[in-house]
Amino acid sequence: MNVGVVVFPGSNCDRDMYHVLSDVFNLNAQYCWHDKPLPENLDAVVLPGGFSYGDRLRAGVIAANSPIIQDVKKIAEKGLPILGVCNGFQILVESGLLPGVLLKNDSLNFMCEWTNLIVENNKTPFTNQFELNQKIPIPIANGEGRYYVDDDTLKTLEEKNQIVFKYDKVVNGSLNQIAGVCNEDGNVVGMMPHPERAVESEINPQDNEPSSLIFESLLKKAGIEN
Amino acid sequence: MTNYQVHVTIENKPGISDPEGKTILNDLVMKGTHKNISQIKTAKMLKFSIDETDKETAQSKIKEICDELRIYNPMVSVVKIDVFDV
Repeated sequence: MNVGVVVFPGSNCDRDMYHVLSDVFNLNAQYCWHDKPLPENLDAVVLPGGFSYGDRLRAGVIAANSPIIQDVKKIAEKGLPILGVCNGFQILVESGLLPGVLLKNDSLNFMCEWTNLIVENNKTPFTNQFELNQKIPIPIANGEGRYYVDDDTLKTLEEKNQIVFKYDKVVNGSLNQIAGVCNEDGNVVGMMPHPERAVESEINPQDNEPSSLIFESLLKKAGIEN
Repeated sequence: MTNYQVHVTIENKPGISDPEGKTILNDLVMKGTHKNISQIKTAKMLKFSIDETDKETAQSKIKEICDELRIYNPMVSVVKIDVFDV
């Protein structure tokens, strides 16, 4: 399975993500620089975390206007799995691939800590190996992670099962504790926490199994037994 | 063509919380003697220099750019566009 890791100037979780995809889950990961077209052989795309363009103007907005995002939109329409993590999630909302917006945390702090997610939708290519309401210990690391949508959009998200992850308590002021959402078709998923920092027992003081299921879900979707 | 300064002010819509404004109010201004201040809202301003035929065109052109490139996020923000002679 070929997975593209999109790299922008200022991405800083691209190597962690590449390592996890290739060394932990044996996928054929490849870096995709933002001003080159997306390779045509890809089966999935990950937008990693970081500070693309130094978060100038608003986190994710400048990267969202990159040429490669036009290609990401095309493969999103084809239904291929796309995961945005942290800054990748911010880019997905700013590009219109996902609804909503990520505002400055209520505390105004850059928050770097362990949280617990609750799985709200286990039908996406990144959550199909979870039980509903399963808990995932996972770290966050962001300054602009407070998810917000207006009332009408929230209603649509709830009706169409687009809320994928919630925090188990108030973390940063996110509306209804939302931590991750998907598009209507479910193939594009964005989340603020960092699964690539949680899937290996060496760097996870809690339980690394639940986070691993995010990538194992992708393998399952591709029909690969790990 | 005339050169105009265009000020684009981006601020949160009413009802969208503004923790930075609240912090400036509660932890700076209210701690002094300025008890008559009831609200502070933060905003971001971009100043464009543009060559256009007239003020109206300058304004509409900048608005177009703001919408097209999502200079502001329409879900949470509004923009105010003021044009000035240089």
